[in-house]
Amino acid sequence: MDAFKEHVGRVVPLDRINVDTDQIIPKQFLKRIERTGFGEFLFNDWRYLENGDPNPAFVLNLPRYAGASILIAGANFGCGSSREHAPWALQQYGFKAILAPSFADIFRNNCYKNGILPIALPADVIASLSQAAHDTEGYQLMIDLEQQSVICADGTAHTFEIGDFEKYCLLNGLDEIGWTLQYEADIAAYENR
Amino acid sequence: MNTQTMYEKIWETHLVRAAADEVPILYIDTHLVHEVTSPQAFEGLRLNNRKVRRPDLTFATMDHNVPTTDRSLPITDLIAAKQMETLAENCSEFDIPLYDIDSPEQGIVHVIGPELGITLPGKTIVCGDSHTSTHGALGALAFGIGTSEIEHVLATQCLLQQKSETFEIRIEGTLPYGVTAKDIILSIIGHIGIDGGNGAVVEYTGSAIRALSIEERMTVCNMSIEAGARAGMIAPDDTTYEYIAGKRFAPKGEAFDAAVEEWKQLPTDEGATYDRTLQLDAADIAPQVTWGTNPGMVTDVTGHVPDPADTTTADEKTATEHALAYMDLKPGTPITDIPVDRVFIGSCTNSRISDLRAAAEVAKGRKVADTVSAMVVPGSQAVKRQAEAEGLDEIFRAAGFEWREAGCSMCLGMNPDTLMPGQRCASTSNRNFEGRQGKGGRTHLVSPQMAAATAVTGRFVDIRMFE
Repeated sequence: MDAFKEHVGRVVPLDRINVDTDQIIPKQFLKRIERTGFGEFLFNDWRYLENGDPNPAFVLNLPRYAGASILIAGANFGCGSSREHAPWALQQYGFKAILAPSFADIFRNNCYKNGILPIALPADVIASLSQAAHDTEGYQLMIDLEQQSVICADGTAHTFEIGDFEKYCLLNGLDEIGWTLQYEADIAAYENR
Repeated sequence: MNTQTMYEKIWETHLVRAAADEVPILYIDTHLVHEVTSPQAFEGLRLNNRKVRRPDLTFATMDHNVPTTDRSLPITDLIAAKQMETLAENCSEFDIPLYDIDSPEQGIVHVIGPELGITLPGKTIVCGDSHTSTHGALGALAFGIGTSEIEHVLATQCLLQQKSETFEIRIEGTLPYGVTAKDIILSIIGHIGIDGGNGAVVEYTGSAIRALSIEERMTVCNMSIEAGARAGMIAPDDTTYEYIAGKRFAPKGEAFDAAVEEWKQLPTDEGATYDRTLQLDAADIAPQVTWGTNPGMVTDVTGHVPDPADTTTADEKTATEHALAYMDLKPGTPITDIPVDRVFIGSCTNSRISDLRAAAEVAKGRKVADTVSAMVVPGSQAVKRQAEAEGLDEIFRAAGFEWREAGCSMCLGMNPDTLMPGQRCASTSNRNFEGRQGKGGRTHLVSPQMAAATAVTGRFVDIRMFE
């Protein structure tokens, strides 16, 4: 897994609550046996028209948000299906972090395993950051994981919570399976008791 | 005295390691695997030269992708076929038992687990599928995981897990006529919202829950994830032990008696407290129909399509407007005025024999409306055989329903069973998300009885008035 320490990137606002993983990556793209190739299908049904052309009304298709790597969304982002294809698609599209008032549990877990940082901030902070992204073309944020801080261009900083272990894993790009396997003796003892 | 909830008891007895400042390592008793979310996990094992630690605790089947039409014909979707082949190769390479498409045990993973006696009280059970919460109906701690975690369990038989909060949802009283387990859970989600259970493991308690059969309890626990809960569970009781007795992988004879004595220690201690609680009265629950694009957008069958103007926040107003536009519904429309094009009876929520019996009772001697195309997809080959032995297939066919082979089918439409754009479906499945059953398709979630009645009348109908 790629390590995550600091990131500066363009912000795109997706003003919807309860965005489910069926929207993030629709089921017709779950038949692949590879871990790659999902980015082009991110938000497929919202992003493309019936004829396959980009939907000009969908926010990711607006030229001003091209190259965005930070997504701001409404509450309960990533609800529904446990498909890890959702964070794969977000990551392969180019997103490094997602900011929302809250996340669904399984989706949040899946993000950590893929080097994507899900950042929960109070709803009023999310609303103001989203508004700034709407108002200012090229709006960027800086994310400092070590400091657990989202920093605006004017220096305003919003701190966020993250579990110590999740932070450690992201900062170091840790292989969690390797971490658990170092306690193989404990596992064997559990199995033999 | 130190009192504990059932969740806390199962949690504690499965801790392999719980050191300060570390994420606890939880042992997993049973790992269920299917074709869609596992290939990348097996590939990860190969890339790192890792083995499956406990193939004997791992069970695989094919359900999401499988066609539900004649199984003697070749699979026309070559990408889906490749995914199924890959699962077969992986199971063979890593020595994992597989109930493949031709197996008499094949079926939806959450239907066959309990059916085969793999699902037992007190177990920790995971699967790369969010509806793994289903297995909590037997008093197990069961939850869905992502593909990285599948790989983790394959390699270590453990998961790194943070303990969840506990949430008691108590339903007291007697369910009125025509009101089902599906209506209980839809009503709960309507009350707490689709994120109302986030961060929690729900335990369903109360006399109305006790009165449910195991299959009905599975319907309730199945949709715990639709309220955002990590898991849903129901304490085991005599109903549970009777259900388990004689199942293929369940303990037998003296071992069964000993297991029952252990299982009797699982229920939440008297005086134990939960982090959150909610109580509902069974008598207040009516047959439910979803009108929007998530399972929390639900109302009584006697209700109306809501008006975005009546919502309390700007976010909700926007979400309601989006949902009504997608669903092509106007505020104030009575639910019973909404016509449907399709009816789907199936899915890990409602495809067990009792679901099919309930639907068949409604369908018996009646005809599916000319304007409706309806299908019944049993949850497993075993359910299908049982239904056929009881003549349910004949009842459905005579009424004009299609009778299919087992699989997830149109719950998520990964196989050829999908809605066409604009089609409206009464579905016994669990998700009415945009495009879930097919791009542009419009899903309304209901109970099997309501689905069968809707097929007959061509529009939603209050099953309590149905004659």
